[in-house]
Amino acid sequence: MRWTLLLSLLLSAGVWAVAEVREFDSPEQEDRYRELTEELRCTVCQNQNIADSNAELAGDLRDKTYRMVREGKSKGEIKDFMVARYGNFVLYDPPVTAGTLLLWVGPFLFLVFGGWLLLRLLRRRRDRTAVTVDEAQLRRAAALLRGDEDPKA
Amino acid sequence: MKRWGVLIGFLVVALLLTAGIYMAGRDPGFTRAIPSPLIGKPAPAFALPDLLVAGNTVSPADYLGKVWLLNVWGSWCPECWKEHGYLATLSREHGVLIVGLNWRDEREDALNMLRRAGNPYAAIAVDPHSNAAVDWGVYGAPESFVVDKQGVIRRKFVGAISPQVWATDLGPLLKQLAAEN
Repeated sequence: MRWTLLLSLLLSAGVWAVAEVREFDSPEQEDRYRELTEELRCTVCQNQNIADSNAELAGDLRDKTYRMVREGKSKGEIKDFMVARYGNFVLYDPPVTAGTLLLWVGPFLFLVFGGWLLLRLLRRRRDRTAVTVDEAQLRRAAALLRGDEDPKA
Repeated sequence: MKRWGVLIGFLVVALLLTAGIYMAGRDPGFTRAIPSPLIGKPAPAFALPDLLVAGNTVSPADYLGKVWLLNVWGSWCPECWKEHGYLATLSREHGVLIVGLNWRDEREDALNMLRRAGNPYAAIAVDPHSNAAVDWGVYGAPESFVVDKQGVIRRKFVGAISPQVWATDLGPLLKQLAAEN
């Protein structure tokens, strides 16, 4: 029961998307509009694309996108239009430039750093736990495992 | 010995987070300010009806040869109310040319705000459908753009203009731009 509830909550995320009736000249136009609104970021609610956002500005940008799609503008033209006004920030998939390089490379730097940290930790632990065991100790351990009385006790 | 390392690491991270929150709290524009790609570009053109003079249109081209401020505002925006009085002082006492862009507002509400808080604007363009706002890359209010004599955007300021912001930032910039030809 609890799981179905949780699952239905997760699956209903799409319901949050804004319902709007838009008419298009062709299915291709509609696809272009849908793709663009999913790729353009809402600048006031920075973790949402403009398709999902209820913010008024997102509505304005959807309107603008819609009008440009109806005018027959290509995806590239519409993206360029938005970038010229709002910067690369409006793209969820920003191009690699000097300014966004850290954004792209950053996660890998973290990975390398984390890996190095882990390696160091493991190496140190191994050095510390390297214990020498002599014959007598081994015999005693075997006896204990067999269930015999501890020969030393 | 190793415990200390962990503790110091923790303290460093905690300090960074605190500094971030502190800076974000001090400057209202800090968390939202996205650098505008329009700096150094000609101010986008528009021709919108004037809120105050029926039949008139307001256009950035009207102000070529002057240094001016485009101030994006709406009566629905609390920060706009906060800066409004000071903007009026700037235009009245310091002779700053401020053009308003009344964004997503109702006519009556906008006029009411001017009656209550004063009118700092030489003219007010009415933009209920964000036509000019999107062209100028506006994503909130208040936002102010500094436009030079050539009609080029030189600076964008996000958030309420305070006497401190004016004294340290916008005021000196306008003075410098006024000296250009």
